[in-house]
Order: sequence, then structure tokens, then C-alpha cells
Amino acid sequence: MLARRIIPCLDVRDGRVVKGVRFRDHEDVGDIVALAARYAKEGADELVFYDIAASARGDTVEPAWISAVSSVIDIPFCVAGGIRSVDDARARLFAGADKISVNSPALETPELIDALAREFGSQCVVLGIDSKTIDGDWRVHQYTGDPAKTQLAGRNTLDWLREGIDRGAGEVVLNCMDQDGVRDGYDIDQLTAARELCPTPLVASGGAGRKDHFKTVFERANVDAALAASVFHKSLIGIGELKSYLIAEGISIRP
Amino acid sequence: MTIGLIDTRCANLASVRFALERAGLDYRTGVAPEELADCDRLILPGVGSARPAMEQLQKSGWAKVLHEDQRPLMGICLGMQLLFSRSAEDEIDCLGLIDGAVEKLPRDAGSVWPHMGWNTLDLQRSDDALVQGIEAGEYVYFVHGFFAPVGPYTVASTTYGAECSAVVRQGHVWGCQFHPERSGAAGAQILKNFAELDA
Repeated sequence: MLARRIIPCLDVRDGRVVKGVRFRDHEDVGDIVALAARYAKEGADELVFYDIAASARGDTVEPAWISAVSSVIDIPFCVAGGIRSVDDARARLFAGADKISVNSPALETPELIDALAREFGSQCVVLGIDSKTIDGDWRVHQYTGDPAKTQLAGRNTLDWLREGIDRGAGEVVLNCMDQDGVRDGYDIDQLTAARELCPTPLVASGGAGRKDHFKTVFERANVDAALAASVFHKSLIGIGELKSYLIAEGISIRP
Repeated sequence: MTIGLIDTRCANLASVRFALERAGLDYRTGVAPEELADCDRLILPGVGSARPAMEQLQKSGWAKVLHEDQRPLMGICLGMQLLFSRSAEDEIDCLGLIDGAVEKLPRDAGSVWPHMGWNTLDLQRSDDALVQGIEAGEYVYFVHGFFAPVGPYTVASTTYGAECSAVVRQGHVWGCQFHPERSGAAGAQILKNFAELDA
């Protein structure tokens, strides 16, 4: 039976892993390769690396650290941040990444998704969406790596999700910004609405604080995977103990 | 013992290369058959889609060479699917080293496509050399939208909307639908088994 995935997310800036609250006030939490190896060993099902400043700065993630990560871990991982072209994506995939995730550049040029899916196959093209509630509606934000540059993308979240899949995205990471870093639980309403529209794997992001938050998001929003950062980086929840808990609660999980 | 890693130019070789290095296995990569002529066994990795990969194998001469070659060969993911006679992906003829056809995973209402994530193995032929040390129920990492149904060639299978071949074998030709290079300790065991099996 297919297992629900637990995915630690490592926000990368200037070669280090950082974490902020609601996308702001980033603090250094460790070395990229060391953290990646630790999570793989503890039982993470997959890892996601976001170069959070790359899109806002207009440059791209460094393949050097991607190869370093790929050589030490034996689980899949995805890289995101500033991937603006097929060539950018190829460099990352050939450096050893299993998937690439696009967010702000896809909002600037939606055809990028079609081009990536054509070139590499949908299975390695992930659409990252940063979404925040504005006047009771879920709205897409872009350039979220830099608080000074974060702005509304002029799109409704669910419409953009649907368009991204139609263009060939093979997986969606929906980051609910209202919850990000606050550890108060995933945005079940928004993720449930996204699930109904999303025929590809859907990854919940933003809000994990307790073990039961993972159980709830799997049971109620029926997502394929749950992503979290601060609870893992700060060792508030161990991946091993989280998985034991979820297995005991009857969730399909790889031990 | 040197493993030859076939470079189809559309596959991501890095993760397989790193996995072989972690396992301490000697390997070489090559685009043309003559570059890997003195390798003892071959791996055909695969990411991407069927048509460009087959076109590249034809262009590089591998499609012809593999028909005569008696070295142990293992295809991974798309590389496994290319071993079959035909694929529903792009509706093309493949290498024909395993008698069977690759189909599209059912895309039912409410189901999630493609099959992506860690799924469990059922063992049909637990005596096969490639799955020694692998327990039934072991989790390995899959990413695929097409599949080989269970057939006489099936060594291990998994379930996702359909019964899918997870490990296949016909003669000296093996294939893994999942990614052993990204499947933790179980995947490393399979790569090691491939390197050590009696040829």
C-alpha cells in the first residue's frame, strides 16, 4: 500500500539552512548536507530544498550543493528556487536532484511548466504555490523568499493549481502562508478544497506543530504528503517518533 | 567487476552514479556501446519519456547491441519499461528483451496519478538473485505513470490501482520499476545483488 510521505523542508540561503516565522526573520539552523543526511537516516521519505532568496534575487540555486546532497542521501529530493528555464532545471536534475519545483518564475511565465514537463516528464515537475487568505479568498503570492518583495501574484490559488496541472505539473506543494511557522496545524479547509481539484500528488505545507496535525491533514484533507520545517529543525518532533505515532493511529506510513 | 551505465542523454545518471559509489561498486558511464565494451554488466537508467529515450538508444546503437549482448542487464524505471516489447507511452515499440507490453496506469476518478512515493513489495519469485535479502512488505520508492502488468517475468509486484510489476526478469535481463538508488537500504541491497549475481 502506498505510504503517506513525511517531508522535511530545508530553506536554503547562502549555503545554509534557515527558518523564519511566516516567511520572515530567518535564523540559521545548520549545514545543508549534514541536515539532509540526518533526516534521511531518521526516516524522512523525501526532502525539499528551497533556495528562498533565489527567485527574489533573480539568480538560481547552486548545483554544487545539490551534488553534495545527492551523493550522501538515498531518498528522493526536490530542489526549488529561481528555476527560470529548461537549462536551469536540467543543471539541477543532472546534478542529482530527483525533482525540480517552480513557483515565482512559473507565475511570471506559465509556459515554463509546459516546457519542463515536455523535456523531463511531469513526474519531476513540481508546482509550488504560496497562498494566503485575502478578504476571505485564497490568493497566490510570489517572491515570498524576501519579505520586502513579496507580492500578490494576481491569481486565485485554486485556479492557478488547476492551470499548473493542466500545463503538466506532476505534483503540487501548497504552502498555506497564514499557517507557516506558527505550528498551529495545517490549513485543512484550503487543502481539502485543493485536494478536490488536484488529480496529481498533493503536498501540504505550513503549520505543522504537533504530531496530531499530521494525522489530521492526512485523514481530513487526504493529502499524499505533509511537509514541515521548524518542528524538525528544532527537534520538537522526531521523525521516528512521528512515524510510530502515525502508524499506531492507522495511517499508511513507511516505518 | 565493472558496471556500465548506459547514458541515454535524457536520463538523470547522477543519482544512480552516487548510489553505486555509496555501495563501493566500480562503474563507468558511456553513450555508445563501444565505450562500455569491457564492462561486466549493464544498467539502463531512465527518467523522461519513452520515445526520446528509444530514439537515443537506436541512434547510439544500443537497441541493436542489446539484442545480442549476454551480459546481465538491469533497467531502472523507464529503463525497465524500455526492456519490454511495446509501451503505451507514446505508443512505441521498445527493445523487446522481455515479452510483454507496458500499459498506462488506470486514472480513475478520485485516484491520484502518477504513482509517486514509497510502496510495498510482494514477492512472486523470492528465490531470484536480485531480491535476496529483501523481505515481503519492504518499502521502495516509485515514480511512474505507466506500468508492466504482472506476468511470467514478474519477480516482485506492488499495488497501485492495478497489480504492477516492481521487479522483472527474463533470462539475463532484469528490471526495477522503482528507483533502487533512492530506496534506502532496500534499494542499496538490490544494486549490490545485481553486482554480485552469478553471470
